[in-house]
Amino acid sequence: MTAVRRAAVEATPSPSRQAPDGDGRRLPRALHPLAWWIWALALATAVSRTANPLLLFLVLAVLGYVVTARRTEAPWARGFQYYLYMALTVVTIRVVFRAVFATGITPRDHFLFSLPHIPTPDWYAGIRIGGPVSLEAILSAATDGLRLACMLCCIGAANTLANPKRALRVLPGALYELGVAVTVAISVAPQLVQSVQRVSRARRLRAGRNRGFAALRGIVVPVLEDALERSLRLAAAMDSRGYGRAGTATRRSRRLTGALMLLGMCGLCAGAYGLLDATAPRVLGLPAMTAGAVLCVTGLRVGGRRVTRTTYRPDPWKLPEWAVAGSGVLSAVLLFTGLGYDAAELNPSIYPLTWPSLPLVPTAAILLAGAAGFLSPPPTAPTAPRPAQRRTQKADVT
Amino acid sequence: MITFDQVTVHYDDASRPALREVDLTVEEGELCLVVGHTGVGKSTLLGAVNGLVPHFTGGTLYGRVIVDGRDTAHHPPRELADVVGVVGQDPIDGFVTDTVEEELAYTLEQLAVPAPTMRKRVEETLDLLGLADLRHRALHELSGGQQQRVAIGSVLTAHPRVLVLDEPTSALDPTAAEEVLAAVTRLVHDLGVTVLMAEHRLERVVQYADRVIHLPGGGQVVSGLPADILRTSSIAPPIVELGRAADWSPLPLSIRDARRAATGLRTRLTGRTPLPARSGPAPEGPALLTARGVTVSYQGVPAVRGVDLALRGGEVTALMGRNGSGKSSLLWALQGSGPRRAGSVTVDTGAGSTSDPHAVSASDARRMVGLVPQTPADLLYLESVRQELDQADSESGRGGTAVPTVGLGDSARAILDRLAPGIDDSTHPRDLSEGQKLALVLAVQLSAAPRVLLLDEPTRGLDYRAKNQLIGMVDALAAEGRAVVISTHDVEFVARAADRVVVMAEGDIVADGPTTEVIVASPAFAPQTAKILAPLPYLTVEQVVSGLDHPSGTGAGA
Repeated sequence: MTAVRRAAVEATPSPSRQAPDGDGRRLPRALHPLAWWIWALALATAVSRTANPLLLFLVLAVLGYVVTARRTEAPWARGFQYYLYMALTVVTIRVVFRAVFATGITPRDHFLFSLPHIPTPDWYAGIRIGGPVSLEAILSAATDGLRLACMLCCIGAANTLANPKRALRVLPGALYELGVAVTVAISVAPQLVQSVQRVSRARRLRAGRNRGFAALRGIVVPVLEDALERSLRLAAAMDSRGYGRAGTATRRSRRLTGALMLLGMCGLCAGAYGLLDATAPRVLGLPAMTAGAVLCVTGLRVGGRRVTRTTYRPDPWKLPEWAVAGSGVLSAVLLFTGLGYDAAELNPSIYPLTWPSLPLVPTAAILLAGAAGFLSPPPTAPTAPRPAQRRTQKADVT
Repeated sequence: MITFDQVTVHYDDASRPALREVDLTVEEGELCLVVGHTGVGKSTLLGAVNGLVPHFTGGTLYGRVIVDGRDTAHHPPRELADVVGVVGQDPIDGFVTDTVEEELAYTLEQLAVPAPTMRKRVEETLDLLGLADLRHRALHELSGGQQQRVAIGSVLTAHPRVLVLDEPTSALDPTAAEEVLAAVTRLVHDLGVTVLMAEHRLERVVQYADRVIHLPGGGQVVSGLPADILRTSSIAPPIVELGRAADWSPLPLSIRDARRAATGLRTRLTGRTPLPARSGPAPEGPALLTARGVTVSYQGVPAVRGVDLALRGGEVTALMGRNGSGKSSLLWALQGSGPRRAGSVTVDTGAGSTSDPHAVSASDARRMVGLVPQTPADLLYLESVRQELDQADSESGRGGTAVPTVGLGDSARAILDRLAPGIDDSTHPRDLSEGQKLALVLAVQLSAAPRVLLLDEPTRGLDYRAKNQLIGMVDALAAEGRAVVISTHDVEFVARAADRVVVMAEGDIVADGPTTEVIVASPAFAPQTAKILAPLPYLTVEQVVSGLDHPSGTGAGA
């Protein structure tokens, strides 16, 4: 009920808020951030299973499509290209290192080129620098790098698609304070920058020294005093607005929460390692992950009991959220179970060099994840500030 | 609604209590104005209403403060959030979230109000304060007036019975201040909210007040009807001073009432030429600073467009205009430290030679043109007044032990003693009042003996007494033959302090001329005395008083 009303209100303000999506049937709204994160993490898990460059490129294409189709104009949504650059850097570094620190070449390998060999001293004999480089070595480095790059881009896609502030609001009650701290820090950072600029500009008026300790002090002292006064005023404002009201946590329950969370996190880390590294012992995978998750949930429950707070306009979890999260999870499951295809096709052989094939089921699984691009509702258009007002503000704040 | 019962507040490090045995009752639905000089305990009084004093600030509170039946001794501020809403001086400091809508909902979230109620209240508040168009906007992109309205709205969503406003308009230009005050009076009349408001610029608010709480100092509190309290209070807006001088009864508090009472006064004054608001010879002689076609732009957006300006020695120029009209940019460009895209600035450096402050080093520019920025404290970073003054002397190329010469070129200490006597050497600059801080920064800047001095919004946050002191300082500087430029929104201050007014809009100079002509030309921004006595050309109460005292003085027939 609430959700329906919410969607209606979101759509009303003006027609320009409609995304240029074309399909008029669905009202634009933001998808629950958790749905995007589940989708992206599931896809990253799926990627970890394969070294097939064709599949990896397919994943990149899918990510590109979904991000283009569903991102907003918000500042955090403009960052996907930087993840792509970073991915490219990862691949390049891997290939370059593999070429420079050559691991030798066997007669059956395809010789590509040769770098001048730099002799290393005896005590450094383990590592060779330079020498002949084979095609196989380069290709295996490239696919490894590509896999890593794909996982990186999955995280990037989640960051681009999900509003990080809304994501913080999803945090359970026990972690609410953490969310507030992050939000405050995000809004304080620009103020701090502004105050540094203002003070260093004012420094010129006294013609103070521009270098050295004295200059630093002339800037740091006023800025810090400013920041301190400001944070005291913020604390007073938060206090008078009811922050931290009626907390009933006892010391015991707080310790219990802490212990449960710590253990749970350890479990989750171990579990993630076990799942992602195919060579790790089986017990480290799912069981550790489950145990960790259970511990974490219990900890959050115990901690959350003391919180009396409501959320304004909570993001609804409806059919599109299920569909997006489900498509991601399903593709991960398909790549893990290996049903209906030869598992070797996921990791095509490099020795001897073969052209990778495109197995049907994994391809379908990855395309299925791409369905998130149209399963999710179109995003709401941004409310861009007008430049004139921004300028007024500049003069206003100083 | 609010009851103070024998309240004494004593801060731990203070020798005397900030409030002493205060008995006070504020009824429901009243708009109460808290008046008093800086440092008499206004903020303490306001803070005590929602328990910030002493729960947050420390110190000891004796007696009882009861708000809507709750004793603040047993309820910390957060437990009173549903009864008392507090809005501070600088709205941006109190914002926890970063968009308008979330900020409005924040208090409700903390109070665990059910989601549907929360939605409804936020929508209502958006409409009530005219914020509906801004709902998705980021808070830091809003103008000052809009921010202050959001701050009021953000406490209003909790439906508090009491609203405490600590100088809500002091950081705003006149238009934004009107916007906020209109919103506040609407709340009082439409919702019956009890409002407790502290304000320095009494001329803006006194007509709306139902009751005035006056803090004369020494921790005392006197409360009563505005007309009664203001008749004898130590601070009063020009309208009240005029009423006292003319002996009007009852004391008028709005321009309308005053004009009706002033019929007789206007008749008495008709035909007399008022003394000039500022005494002293009209400044003449060559310009100390000449600016031609000064243009400043930030990322392609012009802030100042081809401004021509000449400043003469002994002349006090007021620079007016709304926020963002380019006043600060112009001052910084004239000083040479700020960016300048085009145009020229030449400063007379004595002995017939001129120089451009932008082209020389910062320390040379400082000897030609001094600038006091909007936040004077930005220039202070040492632990004591003594250290700051010594540092200023050494920055000005003078050893601390050098013999101070008379007039231009005194040591910073001598200048400070002349501007604001009695500031102790060992005081920490942060502990000074706003007016004293301003005097200290002025002394620091004047130690370089610039002949042109620019002050960027020095009147912000000053009470009447500090403004009088500032007028004294500015007069002294002009009498020494310096050219002074003051950017300000305060038209009452301009009427008393400036010889000449320059008005800027959108980076252009739209008016430039003698104070009398320029500020009387627009009735909306004229000082209160001018509004009351129009069409007579009186700007200040002092002019009227001297006109009445010396009927034959400079009278028309004399």
